Amino acid sequence: MNQQELLDFVRGTGLQIAAAVFVLGMVYRMLHLMLLGRKKNLAAPRGTEWGPGLRTMWHRSIPSVGLTSRGYFIVISGYIFHLGFLITLLFLSQHIDLFRSVFGFGWPALSPGLITITAILTIAAMIALLVHRYTDPVKRLISDYQDYLTWTLTFLPLLTGIMLKQGIALGYQQMLIVHIITLELLMIATPFTKLVHMFTTFSARWYNGAISGFKGIKV
Amino acid sequence: MATSLNRGVQSMIEQIDAPMATFFSACVHCGLCADACLFYTETQDPKYTPIHKLAPMRRVWQQEFTFWGKLMSKLGLSKPVTDAELAEWEPLVYDSCTLCGRCSLVCPVGNDIAYMVRKMREGMVASGHAPDGLKGATRRAIELGSPMGITIKTLQAHFKHAEQETGLVVPLDREGADYLLVLSSAEIANFSEIIPAVTRIFHQADVSWTMASDGFEATNSGIQIGSSDLAAELVNRIVKAAERLKVKYVISPECGHAYTALRWEGPNLIGRPYPFEVVHIIELLDQLRGEGRLRTTGMDDTRMTFHDPCQMVRRGGVINQPRNLLNMFAPNFVEMPDAGVQNWCCGGGGGVSANPRADELRLKVFSKKKSQLEAIDVTTVVTSCSNCRTMLEEGLEHNHMDLNVIGLTELIAQHLASPEKQ
Amino acid sequence: MNEHETLGERLEQQGISRRAFLKFCTAMASMMALPPSAATAIAEALIKAKRPSVIWLSFQECTGCTESLTRSHSPTLESLIFDMISLDYHHTLQAASGHGAEKSREDAMQNFFGKYLLVVDGSIPLNDGGVYSTIAGRTNLDLLEEAAKGAAAIIAVGTCAAFGGIPNAKPNPTGAVAVSDIIKDKPIINISGCPPIPAVITGVLAHYLTFGELPELDELGRPKSFYGETIHDRCYRRPFYDQGKFAKSFDDEGARNGWCLFELGCKGPTTHNACATTKWNGGTSFPIESGHGCLGCSEPHFWDAGSFYTPLSAPTANLETIAAGAAVVGAGIAVALSAADRAKKRRTQQAHEKLTVKEL
Repeated sequence: MNQQELLDFVRGTGLQIAAAVFVLGMVYRMLHLMLLGRKKNLAAPRGTEWGPGLRTMWHRSIPSVGLTSRGYFIVISGYIFHLGFLITLLFLSQHIDLFRSVFGFGWPALSPGLITITAILTIAAMIALLVHRYTDPVKRLISDYQDYLTWTLTFLPLLTGIMLKQGIALGYQQMLIVHIITLELLMIATPFTKLVHMFTTFSARWYNGAISGFKGIKV
Repeated sequence: MATSLNRGVQSMIEQIDAPMATFFSACVHCGLCADACLFYTETQDPKYTPIHKLAPMRRVWQQEFTFWGKLMSKLGLSKPVTDAELAEWEPLVYDSCTLCGRCSLVCPVGNDIAYMVRKMREGMVASGHAPDGLKGATRRAIELGSPMGITIKTLQAHFKHAEQETGLVVPLDREGADYLLVLSSAEIANFSEIIPAVTRIFHQADVSWTMASDGFEATNSGIQIGSSDLAAELVNRIVKAAERLKVKYVISPECGHAYTALRWEGPNLIGRPYPFEVVHIIELLDQLRGEGRLRTTGMDDTRMTFHDPCQMVRRGGVINQPRNLLNMFAPNFVEMPDAGVQNWCCGGGGGVSANPRADELRLKVFSKKKSQLEAIDVTTVVTSCSNCRTMLEEGLEHNHMDLNVIGLTELIAQHLASPEKQ
Repeated sequence: MNEHETLGERLEQQGISRRAFLKFCTAMASMMALPPSAATAIAEALIKAKRPSVIWLSFQECTGCTESLTRSHSPTLESLIFDMISLDYHHTLQAASGHGAEKSREDAMQNFFGKYLLVVDGSIPLNDGGVYSTIAGRTNLDLLEEAAKGAAAIIAVGTCAAFGGIPNAKPNPTGAVAVSDIIKDKPIINISGCPPIPAVITGVLAHYLTFGELPELDELGRPKSFYGETIHDRCYRRPFYDQGKFAKSFDDEGARNGWCLFELGCKGPTTHNACATTKWNGGTSFPIESGHGCLGCSEPHFWDAGSFYTPLSAPTANLETIAAGAAVVGAGIAVALSAADRAKKRRTQQAHEKLTVKEL
């Protein structure tokens, strides 16, 4: 398979496979979790579940409990990484082209310079978080191979994206192929690793908010 | 059938529901929960990280409820949970977790870790890995009627004393009363002043109440050890008494876990809704205050603060009521740092206080409460959980701190206006 | 035609000045990325070089490649190609026809066995015994295999000969393949493009005559000196790409301002060719300069690489249908597996024996 064929494959069939695995896996995981069900709560409610559940879904994004310096580090790096990743993913014009072709609509792009700075900050935050994962006794204890695997899978599209954009190493075509492959690996891995938290975070928050909401507590 | 590893694992499987599985799948191992747990902050030992306490159960979830997990265990690539492992985890699940739920508040992906530990304990106790102290307390609760071995005879002696002190009758087994009051054995054994206190308050507020000779113990060791079977038996005693006496309300006393057991878990444990309502005594007192039925007199200049019992406040939702009540007579009331929903645990909840093995650790992590109290320089700490109260007293003594600790109901009784003299 | 004639003698006959020839050699040196001093060496080598015999076979093609070579609107250096070689067979250009034409091919193959250059344009159909393209009753495959035997090297001119091209595009009814799919034992040089740049053909011939060997090739068998960089690398609109300024349609302000055509599907970033530097029509312009994105015609399968108007970063295949199907399958698996899991939970709950205080 020559490069052109490889590019055609990753832009076509490869992306189809990745999208199919991603969608299949995500629908399966989310539905499977939901269908596990929970017992009807027979206690007399003091509050409701839905409202507080929905509130916690977004409210938990803002840390409300006092943080230690260690906590600040995790939250701030985590924020830079998550926001940076999303901005890079959603606001680079080439990525918007992709979304437009899939969803039929697009949105204004940010300038490539801004995206590059964001991506560099994101990479820096990710490296800082990796070092912290390895050196912080708590995180080191609770980490398993998956934490390092998913870090790598998330890091590679960012790195290859920057290299593609800046023309560092390999030609445009090779780097584009590598970049798309890293994205596809990320998509395929997401439903079956802790990356599934991109969805379960919100259902978990809903349950947390709902459990407390039932008791009339805002969390 | 004896307890066994298999029975424990089966119990864990039973406990895994949609929230539990969602929580496990959402965890990103960020480690933020460690900072929310006083067992970690005060020891800096990573093994006390809340989510780490769930590690064996996480594997049960993976192996039994996820596609890859099932595949891996079929292929023999994931190691099953062992007895030795559960034994190793026993101190983490029982000695160093008070189910205070502070971690559930901080988790950025929204995992209710306290909910998870509560469920894991079901498996731990069924596998035989529960602390001896808690086992003893539970045994006494089931067999003698009270974890501290208090009998109705002991209680009646306290009633007599209270009646002499107040000149009022302490109603026992009065059918048709509106409220049934239950007490925790810690109150009865250590803070029996509560009995004359509520007698006087209810008399002033004209509350129709009673106690029950067959259902007076509110403490639920079954909840603490994590056995729904045993917890249900204990709750059922109160439910039966309440139904026998046809009361409209059951008053949960100044005891954190009693409130969780009775108010939130009880109907689910016995499998049916109650024909009565459960109110926390502080909730009721604040309601009486609002209705003008509870009146105090004079002001107390003492610089005082309120220690939030986790199960009443963060996990129970009775948050502003104690403050409203204190505002009636305490102008120098100050809040400690992190007060309210975010307050730190006394260190002895969730059965830790009934587990002598945990004493040393518990007193060590009291340093959190110590620093909270030092920051505000108060002379009195008010609380509304007899277990917290005992833990505070022990912790303060251990740290040579000379502070008064008092229960809120008792304090209110001290400031009660005296309509009975009309 | 005299096979021993040198190129110098030939030029003399044609009345082409040494000055014009040197100018050609300088251009060649520059295209092949050789130092300017090489021009003289090239000139000297070429003057003395014997004009090789060339057999040009046209298979499944549109004659666009030949047109590209011959239809330059002004006399160009490219036309010199016909002076450099002895074109003994080219069924479009030759005057002879019928048996006479085929005879000249057979003669050349016989007389210059092992020395002649074989130029091929067009792809070779293999389906149904190759009946889809025949010359003088013989299939392209037959002709190619025969001619390849005695060839010193094969030059596959145009994307069809190099990679299969449009005849090879899906669903490829004739089973069209590239020269390199059939001939494995001869050096093959691919001069892809639809059509290829005429100067590139000349350049490769000049290189062959000068150095007596084929130029350095890339992984697709194309001369690196012409296909080493992408259109995007050398595009005059590249600064707009770097600044994120893109034309969104062919008649918007961006298009009028000459902004980058990436979003309109330009394949410049992945297309290796010399268009952006050599340009077309005597150096007049190239497609992007005319306001249209690069189609990627010098790359394999360019016809099947999605729409010409799909940006490179967008998928070339439909994802919606497959995603919808995957969602249904995922939901089905979830329902089935969760039913099994719930049944397991039910079983454990039924098997649950109440924990008694005695067992603690």
